[in-house]
Amino acid sequence: MTVVAALAYALLGGGALLALVRLALGPSLLDRVVATDTLLVVIACGLAVYAALERNPTVVPVLVVVSLLAFVGSVSIARYVGGMLLRSEDDTQAGGTAADRRPGGAR
Amino acid sequence: MNDLDSVADVLAAGCLLVGALLCLTAGLGLVRFPDVLSRMHAGTKPQVLGVLLVMTGAAIRLHGWSATWMLLLVGAFQLVTAPVSAHMVSRIAHRRRHVRRDLLLVDELGGEPLTPPPDRLSGDQPADAH
Repeated sequence: MTVVAALAYALLGGGALLALVRLALGPSLLDRVVATDTLLVVIACGLAVYAALERNPTVVPVLVVVSLLAFVGSVSIARYVGGMLLRSEDDTQAGGTAADRRPGGAR
Repeated sequence: MNDLDSVADVLAAGCLLVGALLCLTAGLGLVRFPDVLSRMHAGTKPQVLGVLLVMTGAAIRLHGWSATWMLLLVGAFQLVTAPVSAHMVSRIAHRRRHVRRDLLLVDELGGEPLTPPPDRLSGDQPADAH
């Protein structure tokens, strides 16, 4: 079981490190969103591996919270970036068409 | 430890190792792939299969129904939410032109011209727009 633990933690650590590299390098915001999502999944997997190898169920509620947090974070950043897109479209057509358009309705 | 326990431990260790390997491949794909959609393709490998494998391994190892139900909840939640978040991120990526259009074989959403006319360029066009 010690070999399994070392191997699993090494694989998870490598995955998390590479996701951190993409999080630092990523040229756009959405690359960082994808990298953060993957990083949270790797963290959840690491917590589950710890709970399994130590037979210690105290970190299992943390697992639920982390998976909820990954979903809420990526969806809210995607909504935010989409809101920037809609606002820029309204700005460029700020003549007569944007005035009578329902805000946020151009979708 | 009797025989059944050792078999269950080997099975759980296999599930955990395959899940951890999927996490490593996700990291590799995130670093090596060229644009948002292909990085998403690599990065969402462990989101369903990896999480389900790791949860299965943990549920085999952990005795007690409360932990098993909570792990099952995490797996079901990943199954529900991973398509939703992937759909939203990829839709915004397509609209914000973070997609390498020269690498796409079929672009079923691409009805508009690839480069917008100059009067429609606004300040928030990303630097790697195509």
